[in-house]
Amino acid sequence: MNYESILSQRVQNLKPSGIRRFFDLAATMEGVISLGVGEPDFSTPWSIRKEAINVLERKKIVYTANSGMMQLRESICKYLEKTVHTRYDPEHEIVVTVGGSEAIDIAIRAVVNPQDEVLVVEPAFVCYSPIVEMASGVAVPIPTKAENHFKLTAQELREKITDKTKMLVLPYPNNPTGAIMTREDLEEIAEVLRGTDIMVLSDEIYSEMTYGKKHCSIVEIDGMRERTILVNGFSKAFAMTGWRLGYVCAPAPVIQQIVKIHQYIIMSSPTVSQYAAIEALENCEEDVKRMIKEYNLRRRYLVEAFNRIGMTCFNPEGAFYVFPSIQKTGMTSEEFCEKLLEEEKVAVVPGDAFGASGEGFVRVSYAYSLKHLMTAIERITHFLENHGVKP
Amino acid sequence: MTDLLNLLKQNARLSNEQLADMLGMTTEAVSAEIADLEKKGIICGYTTIINEELIEDTGEVEALIELRVTPKHDTGFDDVAKTIMLYDEVESVSLMSGKYDLALTVKGKSLKEVAMFVSQRLSAMDGVLATATSFVLKRYKDKNILIEGEEKDERSMVW
Repeated sequence: MNYESILSQRVQNLKPSGIRRFFDLAATMEGVISLGVGEPDFSTPWSIRKEAINVLERKKIVYTANSGMMQLRESICKYLEKTVHTRYDPEHEIVVTVGGSEAIDIAIRAVVNPQDEVLVVEPAFVCYSPIVEMASGVAVPIPTKAENHFKLTAQELREKITDKTKMLVLPYPNNPTGAIMTREDLEEIAEVLRGTDIMVLSDEIYSEMTYGKKHCSIVEIDGMRERTILVNGFSKAFAMTGWRLGYVCAPAPVIQQIVKIHQYIIMSSPTVSQYAAIEALENCEEDVKRMIKEYNLRRRYLVEAFNRIGMTCFNPEGAFYVFPSIQKTGMTSEEFCEKLLEEEKVAVVPGDAFGASGEGFVRVSYAYSLKHLMTAIERITHFLENHGVKP
Repeated sequence: MTDLLNLLKQNARLSNEQLADMLGMTTEAVSAEIADLEKKGIICGYTTIINEELIEDTGEVEALIELRVTPKHDTGFDDVAKTIMLYDEVESVSLMSGKYDLALTVKGKSLKEVAMFVSQRLSAMDGVLATATSFVLKRYKDKNILIEGEEKDERSMVW
């Protein structure tokens, strides 16, 4: 059969994930130290797991309401009121989703008409543009700059807005750069957007992971709640990646459309995970604090270490990534990663996998033990010495 | 406990520079704080956790010994504990709540040697009422460090 002519042209045109080949190569090698993973190394806090066990023992695991269990929606709304000082109505303004990923997908699909332009801040997590394309929209990257610590500036945003612009994807704290947007930074962005019909998709999955400064959401800025779709979830903050649970919040008319897509494609999010998530929100603040504290030690260690060995690195204040520059090596990101893997068996992710503006950088995850990170730094130091890079 | 102590507890071989990086301090401040902790006796020493099963011919056995002791009128359990802790065979001595009073860990070259130590030295001691000896068969974890079976990273490189 000629599958090429049979299969969806649009899907075939999607670019395969840029680093797949690289990861596959790493997987075949012995003794590789990976700094590539984008999920917490901590186990899900015990009380959350215990709650799931209780539920399995005692409850029927049936579908929940399409939007998610009411008690969970209420807990999430309470949590958002506390963390981003914004009220959402648990009845009409939230849907519990299968991870942040589903939330991003249905939010984009609910908003985008064919040929609508969606501005995607880059470097960013890889899913936004393919989802926009699947929704017949046009993804327009907004490259951010290292000298601005990869924050989006009002100027950069203004330059990309056209009369076709429908949405801005704002992914902060940022994967892969670790950049955050402060209230002042967001005020500037809001200034550009207020009075337009442009919606914001604010992906705040790393909101708990900020260091030194508390996370600020764009929904907190005047006039922004009404034009923002907020996405968050349990994966990163509560070390619950495999539980697949996230949520999307927006004004009622937006959620009314979003929930239709969700009910047709998903029905309802995993029930056991929903029970567990209530426990996470109600009783796990201390666990989260403990994890953040540990991430912070690792973060400081890596930033200092990279700057010392000649891979310049701005101070990332969010997520669990550092994004050091490899410009002194004279290599491209891809060359650097391939050589580092071959010669020293350390796997990091080339920055350009997250958009062209990531070229010249690599993503290093610190969702690893300090011991692991120290071994990796030793090997990278050796690599740089061998290639004549001076601090 | 301070962050510095917590880090040293996990790995006492971290250099002052590494500690300084992790804690956002200067190297000088770290070394001053460590010196101060040592001076105050908060840090009593540094040791190494060894998986002795991997060393051939260590031939050492370890036992936990529960001791019931008659407390002395004025010094309570201190006198007995302080006498016991002077023996080289004794690795640790703690005063316990519950059914017995002192818990010891004792090391010796053989079961027999430990048994002899218990019967001839400990049991014979003034104030010791009873002893119960349990030999350690296998250690899985010590000082929060896994000895048997390292944790495997089950995460796959997705994103």
